[in-house]
Amino acid sequence: MLPQVFASGLSAGSIYALMALALVITYKTTEVPNFAQGDMAMVSAFIAYMFLTDFETGFIFAFGAALVFAFLLGVGFEGLLLRRMRKPTHLNLIIMTLGFTLALFGFAGWKWGADQRQFPFPVSANEVIRFGSVSISTLSVATILIAGILMLLVFAFFRFTKLGVAMQATQQDPIAARINGVPARAVVGLTFGISSVIGTVAALLTAPLITLDPTLMWDALLKGFAAAVLGGLNTPVGAVLGGYLLGVIENLFGAYVSVEFKSVVAFLIIVIVLWFRPSGLFGRHHERKV
Amino acid sequence: MIEPIRDHYEDIQLFTARGSWIKLVLLLVVLVSLPLLLPGYRVFTLNYMAVFVIVGLGMNVLVGYTGQVSLGHAGFLAIGAYTMVLLMTRLAVPFPFALVMAGFVSALFGFLLGLPALRLAGPYLAIATLGFGLAVTQIIGHSALFGGHMGLVVPDATVGPFPLSGDVSKYYVIVGITFVLALGVRNLSVTRVGRAFRAIRDSEIAAATMGVDVAYYKTLSFAVSAALTGVAGGLLALMTGFISPGVFTFTLSLMFLAMVVFGGLGSITGAVLGSIVMGYLNLEMDAFQELPVLGPALESFSERFMSTVGLPNFGWVVTGMLIVFTILIEPQGLYGLWIRALDTMKRSKNADAELSRPGSGAD
Repeated sequence: MLPQVFASGLSAGSIYALMALALVITYKTTEVPNFAQGDMAMVSAFIAYMFLTDFETGFIFAFGAALVFAFLLGVGFEGLLLRRMRKPTHLNLIIMTLGFTLALFGFAGWKWGADQRQFPFPVSANEVIRFGSVSISTLSVATILIAGILMLLVFAFFRFTKLGVAMQATQQDPIAARINGVPARAVVGLTFGISSVIGTVAALLTAPLITLDPTLMWDALLKGFAAAVLGGLNTPVGAVLGGYLLGVIENLFGAYVSVEFKSVVAFLIIVIVLWFRPSGLFGRHHERKV
Repeated sequence: MIEPIRDHYEDIQLFTARGSWIKLVLLLVVLVSLPLLLPGYRVFTLNYMAVFVIVGLGMNVLVGYTGQVSLGHAGFLAIGAYTMVLLMTRLAVPFPFALVMAGFVSALFGFLLGLPALRLAGPYLAIATLGFGLAVTQIIGHSALFGGHMGLVVPDATVGPFPLSGDVSKYYVIVGITFVLALGVRNLSVTRVGRAFRAIRDSEIAAATMGVDVAYYKTLSFAVSAALTGVAGGLLALMTGFISPGVFTFTLSLMFLAMVVFGGLGSITGAVLGSIVMGYLNLEMDAFQELPVLGPALESFSERFMSTVGLPNFGWVVTGMLIVFTILIEPQGLYGLWIRALDTMKRSKNADAELSRPGSGAD
């Protein structure tokens, strides 16, 4: 039973880890928890759906279009809304992301209706592969692989490319980065674009598992935040580990305690972490100077 | 650019404006006579808006005064509603007492949630409340005690010997409570506690330096806000006669936030106005289609580019855009616009006085 639980946990955790990573890289750059992350990804998934069903394109083209759209949406959100605020206080920034998410939610409902739709996907959630005693769907295998590879690519990008290092520099200290010749504004926009793409990959992997409707990413958004709090809001690696950990804990809870209340686990984890280790398992606490 | 008012003395001035007693009495007369003038079905709408106003007052204490965000106030609304209904059906508690308990239980949950989340600076409260709101509907939806997804029927309520049967009798109860709570919040805002709240909003560090116990007051403000929302939940149950987890969604929580942002953060008048507008919008999501010229235009636009089945969702787009544009253009909302208009008037008056004074150099 236990290996099976871990396999399901790993597959669910991959999606939480992607969402957590997407949230953390923008949070590190701007100190804004982007509550629109989920619905930006949801709308992008609908774009893929539109290409697949209305225009009848292939998967590669449709998913590519969705990712390009997601990138532009992220860059646009930062450049046209977040940056243009009159008083960019923390409160106003958070409220802006919430207003944007509500508008996106309404837009998706208006354009595509609230019905639950089957999302076509190259691999199926019903086809099962067996590894010894563990049986796992091909969709789960694909999810684990795609999410893992994407996250490795993102970390490699941050570590080994000039642009990635510039992004890290901007996260640590925007003014110092600018003095050293980093175009900090463009980098912040780019960060939102990349973050939106990562979130959209999570949405494209979630949609075939459940069904596609405007509430697609509500749950994943909460899980992403819970994972980020668990691992540490300031540490991308910690947040990703938090995502996998959350997936496993949740499935353990589902297997041994209660399936019905599985979704409450994320909330409990947030509260418990805030009580005992607010900086997260892998994060370091830093005091803000006046 | 004219900075909107953030000065405490100017805030106080607004509250102690002369003639406010006359305005209060006038407002009372209007409120008492409204249900007699309007057709019956409109009274239901009024009740709904009054419930939203109470939530708006609560959100104003939290967001407007203390500068914290909650994404889970629909959860407190649910806790209030279910507490009241369960006390009335299971323990036969009379309605007024059950309503007070709804506020208390909601405040208790607010306190328990605020305690860990508010010790820390940062977005932790917003994240915790996001989880809280979703968890509450999950638990309600899966528990037999709460009627699961099927919901609960609200029993008939009586106040002393008087049964609350029609919309009109409920109106007087709901609006009476709303009025008293609004006065209470107004008074709270000029006490030591209210000042502490606003000191925290303007700068946590400065407030702490002045001896304000930041974590305590933040938690207190969250509990007060939850209590008000709990009472609103009880009244919502009273007026609709039926509650189910489908009512208390994440989008409703965002709607609550939209009310105070649109109305004007930190202003009671603003919160009330914003709540009335948004309450109406929430109840009459299809009101746009019935507008004279815009309605048909919207319908044909939907048919060509969007979808007609999804048209009711247009209200969410409007609500979201209202938040976005309020924050972009005038972060103080309607109240900020009003203050700016007053300010401009005052300036032009001063300029006139300056001109008419002999030898002022204007010639």
